[in-house]
Amino acid sequence: MDGNVEDFTETARSKQAQNMPEMTKVECRNIDVFYGEKQAIFDISLDIPDRAVTAFIGPSGCGKSTFLRCINRMNDTIESARVTGQIFMDGADINDHSIDPVLLRSRVGMVFQKPNPFPKSIYDNIAYGPRIHGLASGKQELDEVVESALRKAGLWEEVKDRLLAPGTGLSGGQQQRLCIARAIAVSPEVILMDEPCSALDPIATARIEELIDELRERYCIVIVTHSMQQAARVSQKTAFFHLGKLVEYGDTERIFTNPEDSRTQDYITGRFG
Amino acid sequence: MSEHIVTAFTDELEHLSANLLRMGGLAEAMINDSSRAVVTFDLELARQVIKRDEAIDELEAEAEKAIIRLIALRHPMAADLRAVLGAMKLAGDIERIGDLCKNIAKRCLELTGEENRAAVKSIERMSRSVSYQLQKALDAYLRQDVNAAIEVLELDDDIDDHYVSFFRETLTYMMEDPRQIGSNTHLMFMAKNLERIGDHATNIAKAVYYMVTGETATGDHIEARIKKEGSGR
Repeated sequence: MDGNVEDFTETARSKQAQNMPEMTKVECRNIDVFYGEKQAIFDISLDIPDRAVTAFIGPSGCGKSTFLRCINRMNDTIESARVTGQIFMDGADINDHSIDPVLLRSRVGMVFQKPNPFPKSIYDNIAYGPRIHGLASGKQELDEVVESALRKAGLWEEVKDRLLAPGTGLSGGQQQRLCIARAIAVSPEVILMDEPCSALDPIATARIEELIDELRERYCIVIVTHSMQQAARVSQKTAFFHLGKLVEYGDTERIFTNPEDSRTQDYITGRFG
Repeated sequence: MSEHIVTAFTDELEHLSANLLRMGGLAEAMINDSSRAVVTFDLELARQVIKRDEAIDELEAEAEKAIIRLIALRHPMAADLRAVLGAMKLAGDIERIGDLCKNIAKRCLELTGEENRAAVKSIERMSRSVSYQLQKALDAYLRQDVNAAIEVLELDDDIDDHYVSFFRETLTYMMEDPRQIGSNTHLMFMAKNLERIGDHATNIAKAVYYMVTGETATGDHIEARIKKEGSGR
């Protein structure tokens, strides 16, 4: 009986999911990026869906990381970088003068290639963001935020007995999950990941991928990856970049079984482009 | 399509496709020879055909190994993935064609040599259309030609019609002369086998269609494609 009820709700849920229109979280329009005189991104327009994982793939230097960094205005921090075009998050232009880039980055979290925990305790790594953004009042609430973030990042069970130990003492995979927990702790809406597994072994990678799959129920996730298998495993949408241009963007399944553009085909099948 | 950066990958895919074409060639010859054995009542040839099925089985096992290896070690994607999946289907279909030819040859050994000539001629005609269909399907595979694949799909109806009329024809012979029931039943099964071979050739064409277009070969897709190509075909 139980099984039937479960089957039923499962079917109902997946039906609902199918009927639900895809909600766009981030809308990019005609983005150009220049580093000094050199143009790195050429007129890219792309809609990133909410509650889904979007993968950016492409050869080194194709602009996928640069484009990713536009979404939380990380390129602002580079002196010579200039971004034109518009990016809307929930309809609001993130490059508008009224938008505080620091607040924007609390809504758009980021995880980097190399795990970069602060040289502080595990607890403080997570508590830092909520503290400076005033997201918790009092010690007890902060404890709850830290525990919840560590749980969501699948790290709680492994570190709950040593929250005051330095974050840098964890293994590489644990450090990366700590960084994801740190990003989650400020309740972002979008999480950007720039090759989050490239420094990890396959088991730690699998853990992160499992985590990404769980997180996509709550967040809009964008991941840059060099591993096409990883893009195929974790994402629902895939965008292929080449020489600063968006060549093809579509459902991951289609991109990996039947890409339209010959350059996408050549890249994902490992041929000369 | 251009070469893989890893040349061994290209080599393995090419080797696989050469292997399948060899299998296909053997199967085609088995269709022709099994029917020739029936028409000329050449029992020695029939025995040879039976023996030849082993070679096809061996090639199938080899192809299967190569396919598993490719999937496990090369992680084929996109057109490569479709090529490997298509190859798996082709290997299975060709192997079945070999079995069916072997069965025709075995039944040939049960004939008396005094069967109704008209019925035997019908087997020969049917065998010729089926062999042509397989040849076209393999050719479509070799050239990765989707239009040729569609033509093969269209041929299958003729073979089915042929089988139905042969069935009726044979029933008439059996009623005329009950002594012929035994051997005519064998002829009927041979025709059934040929009809099945036609289905396998159709499957091969469908696999080619999928490999080239990335779409399943259903009526809607094919019609849409024919419309799109328009006078190009």
